[in-house]
This record gives sequence, structure tokens and C-alpha cells, in this order.
Amino acid sequence: MPPVFGVLFDGIAYGMLLFLMSVGLSVTLGMMNFVNLAHCSFAMLGGYVTVTLMNALGWPFLATLPVAFFAAGAASVVLERAFFRRFYNAGELNQCLLTIGIVFVSIAAAAYLYGTDQQPVRLPSYLQGFIAVAGLDLAIYRLFLIGTAMTITILLVGAVEATRFGAQVRAAVNNQRMARGLGIDVDRLFAITFALGGGLAGLGGALAIAMLGLDPSFALTYLIYVLIVVSVGGLGSIAGSLAAAMLLGVSDMAGKYYVPAVGSVLIYLVMMVMIMWRPTGLFGRR
Amino acid sequence: MSSEAIADTVGPHEFLRAQASWRLSEVAFWLAALLPFVLAPDYLILASQIAITALFALSLDLILGFSGIISLGHAAYFGIGAYTAGLLSVWGWGEPLTGLVLAGAAAGLFGYLTSFIIARFRHLALIMITLGIGLLLQEAANDASWLTGGFDGLQGIHTWPILDRYEFDLYGRTAYAYALAVLFLLFLGVRRIIHSPFGLALRGIRENGQRMPAIGAPTRQHIRTVYTIAAAIAGIAGALLSQTTETASLEALGFQRSADVLVMLILGGAGRLYGGFIGAIVYMVARDQFSGLNPQYWYFWIGLLLIAVVMFVPDGILGGLALLQRRVTISRPKDPP
Repeated sequence: MPPVFGVLFDGIAYGMLLFLMSVGLSVTLGMMNFVNLAHCSFAMLGGYVTVTLMNALGWPFLATLPVAFFAAGAASVVLERAFFRRFYNAGELNQCLLTIGIVFVSIAAAAYLYGTDQQPVRLPSYLQGFIAVAGLDLAIYRLFLIGTAMTITILLVGAVEATRFGAQVRAAVNNQRMARGLGIDVDRLFAITFALGGGLAGLGGALAIAMLGLDPSFALTYLIYVLIVVSVGGLGSIAGSLAAAMLLGVSDMAGKYYVPAVGSVLIYLVMMVMIMWRPTGLFGRR
Repeated sequence: MSSEAIADTVGPHEFLRAQASWRLSEVAFWLAALLPFVLAPDYLILASQIAITALFALSLDLILGFSGIISLGHAAYFGIGAYTAGLLSVWGWGEPLTGLVLAGAAAGLFGYLTSFIIARFRHLALIMITLGIGLLLQEAANDASWLTGGFDGLQGIHTWPILDRYEFDLYGRTAYAYALAVLFLLFLGVRRIIHSPFGLALRGIRENGQRMPAIGAPTRQHIRTVYTIAAAIAGIAGALLSQTTETASLEALGFQRSADVLVMLILGGAGRLYGGFIGAIVYMVARDQFSGLNPQYWYFWIGLLLIAVVMFVPDGILGGLALLQRRVTISRPKDPP
């Protein structure tokens, strides 16, 4: 396989993971301006749920994915009701500190329960191996990743564009106060969106184990990537998050493959240039 | 009488002068800073580390507490200072005072260059930019291992005696005296800045970034100035660390250090001159006491502490004390007129 296509393929699969993990943050940030640095902790929770169900209880991989989704969604809505809602008007600094505190606690809790080692995950045989498409050897798991993420994206865009709930979400992102004035229950809407976003992050985390690995530092390592996706893509924009996640995934893979010496520097440089060029993100309006 | 009430009754000059007068508690604080020499001679190394961290926290306070510029990458400047002083020593110039000045100049120069970016952004973009600067520098230092020693840190730093007389000893006597003296001098400078009209303008920017330009304040220029000063001070703090410990490692400019100093500042009370000092003392002493603890679990407690501070005492220890003091004063029955 020519390296260009291989890198592109891996980059897209990686970008899809980043998209799943960050889209919830993008929408909730756009709606409430709440800087939730603990978003990747939900992804990590999803990952550990899958690992536990598979290794301790012997569940099949695919069956654990919905559980990871619901567990992370439930955890995020509990945190939202218990802590976050008090901080919507508290300024970014307090929001950052609160959620960094939660990140630290979640990392320590994961280390206490599971140790600091990488968690093993054994994919089912039908997701292993390669498939030849037009002369290219494509890893089946990565195809599965891309397919799953595409399905979710289509569902998500459909829900946001075509349902009543989606219209309310768009209204709240666009102008929260006006939406309240029109009688939309923004608090309830936000709690639901938050749960959905957390759940998607959990699903992303569960899917990520086989590609990115899982250890307690996951919540901090990938937080930075998620923040890059959100701030480059623009707040509250699903299409922006998707584009930014693809850009980041492909350029990270390409950087690590072609210029390994400066690969990680490149990512941060790209991010800073993008933010300086468009402070509100690729698709952001504010 | 609150400070606003004073401002109403007297002119601006008297207001600034009243703010800048030394309080008894401040004198007591600095005298207490000398106590470790007699009371805890075994802990002077820790004391010197606390003084260095307090200086770093003071520099963050200048931009975060007083000017409202949130930074998640302040360790970048600390690290530049640490590596500048370390490299000078490795290259054969271990004189500490000039090393300090050059490290401050290098960090200040980088701060000045980045301040043009910083001054343009606010909110999430600013958080991302500062985070990006920190991570970028950390990765760059890791990649440039021919210069920085990479993951292993810089080898072969040796600091000459201060003024050719005071040799650095094993017990940290010289180190603590040196760090405390530098801290005190720079504190005087920062105190002067805060109580100047420029310092007042900074607080204005913190309170309302849109209204300040409307009353004619060159907001961006102010932000650039204070950011450069803060970067230089952070660089000096970093140089102090590498000179007194004779090591410089990637840990000096990592995200962890940026987060730690933020935690200390918030814990002590941001926007107060002594907030970073109190936070640094509490944090460093606690970490020393629990040094047997696995760092993973240490951060569990730090996380809980952060959540508790933000939820219950958002102004930190000093803010909580001030609130307590006000409550006591108010509840006391007033004299009949």
C-alpha cells in the first residue's frame, strides 16, 4: 500500500475517534459557554467500562459499546446536575479549575482501581485482520471505526437539523437568552445535550482502546486533542468539529509518519496558527 | 471602610498612597520568612524551593490575578529561565547574579514576543493559545535534546559562589537566603507596580475589558507590558531553581508545573499580593509531608481540594480570611452616633 493512502486512511480513522470524543464538548460549550476540561474523563470512563465488561464478565466487544455510552452519559449528567450547573455564570477560570479538579480525581481513581498499565482489549476475530479494497490493505477495525462514526454523524446531523429537539438546541446555541425568552427550557435541554455529549465521548473512549490504548493519563493526553478540535472547529458546530477532527487526525498521522522528529511540535503549531487565523474556529460564528 | 469608599471620599493620589502603605501583617510575614534559619535549619532546602515557587506564583498572579489573563502555559517562561541559567553554567559561566539577569532577559524577550499574540485574544481562544505555547515549548525542548539534554535533563551545571563569597552549601542556607532575597526584591517591584496607576489600569482590564478602551486606556499595550514583566519574573524564578538545585529538566516547563502553580495561586487567593505565597507554602509543605504518597494519589487530593476551593472559597485562603474578618467587623455592634 502506498504510504500516502495508508497515512490518509489511518488519519481519517483517528480523526473519527477524535470527532466522537469532542462533538459533545463543542455543542455544550457553544450552548452554555461552559469550559469542561473533564470531557475526556467521560471518554476514559467509557473505555474502562468496556474493559471491565469484556475482561471480568466476558461480554462480547460490541455489546459493551452501548453500556459504555450510557454509563458515560449517566456520569456526565450527574456531574452536570451536581457541580457544573452552579458555574455557568462563574467565569472561565473557575470552570477550568473545577473541571481540572475532576480530571485529577478521575485519573487518580482510575489508577487506584486499574493500575497505571495499559489495559488489554481483545477484539473479536471478525474485527481483526485486513481487507483488500482496490489494491489497498485496509484494517477492518479502522473501517469499522469510520463506518460507526459516519453513522453517528449522520444520525446526529439529522437529529439536529430535522427534529424539534434539534431546532431547540440550535436556537439555544445561537442565542441562549433569546431561546429562554421564547419559552424553551434551556436547562433541561442542556442537561440532555450534556448527557448525549458525555455518552458519545464514552463511546469514543471505548472504541479508542484498540487504536490509542487506555491508561489513567488518557483523560489528560487526549483532552488536549479534543480542545484543539473544539477550538479549531468552532463552538457549537458539528460540521466544524468533523472538519477539524479530520484535519487534526490526518496531520497528526502524517506528521508522525513523515517527520517524526518534529511531529508533535507540528500539531501545536498548526493549532496555534489556526486559532490566530480564525479565533472563533473554522465554522464558528462568534 | 472599604477601598471603594476611600476612593469616593479622597482624591486618586491619596487613594493610591493609602493602598500602598505597609501593613503590620506584611512586616510580620517577611520577618516570619526569616524564621526557618533558626527554627527549622533542616528544612532550608524545602524553604528555598517554596521561595522559588512563591516567586513563580507571584508572576502568575500579576497576569492572572491582577489583569485577568488566564494562562495554562506559564511554565514556558519558567522553563526558559531555568534552561538559560543552566546552559550558561554548562557553557562555563556559572556566575549566579548575571545568570539570573540573563535568564530573566531571555524569558522576558520570549514573553514580549508572545505577548503580541496574547493581547489579541480572550476566553477559550486565550486558554488554548497559552496551553499551546506551553506544549509547543515542551515538545521543542524534548526534540532539541542536543541542546537541552532531552528527557534526561541538562548535565553538568555548577553554580559559582554568590558575589565570590557565599558558597552554596548542602543544607541550603545560601540557597534559601539567595532565593528569599531575590523574592523580596522582586516582590517590592511587583508591589510598586500594583499600587501604581498602571496597576489600577490592569485591574480595570480584569474587571471590564471592553470599557477600558472606552475611557482611553491602551488595553493591549498594558497587557503586553504586564505579560512581559510576568514572563521575566517567571524566568528569574526558573533560573533560581536551576542554580540552587544545579539541575534543569523538562519537568521545569511541563504542563504539570503550569497546573501546579495555578492551583497554588487559587488556593492562596488570586489577585492578592500574598495569595501565591500562602498557596505555595501550604501546597509545598503538604507535598513534603505526604511525599511517601504515590504522585497519582497526591493529585486525587489536589483535585478534591480544587473542587472544594472553587465551590466554597472561590477567593482562596486569603479571600476567605478577609471575608471572615469583614463578617466579624460587621456583626460587632456599632457605637451610637
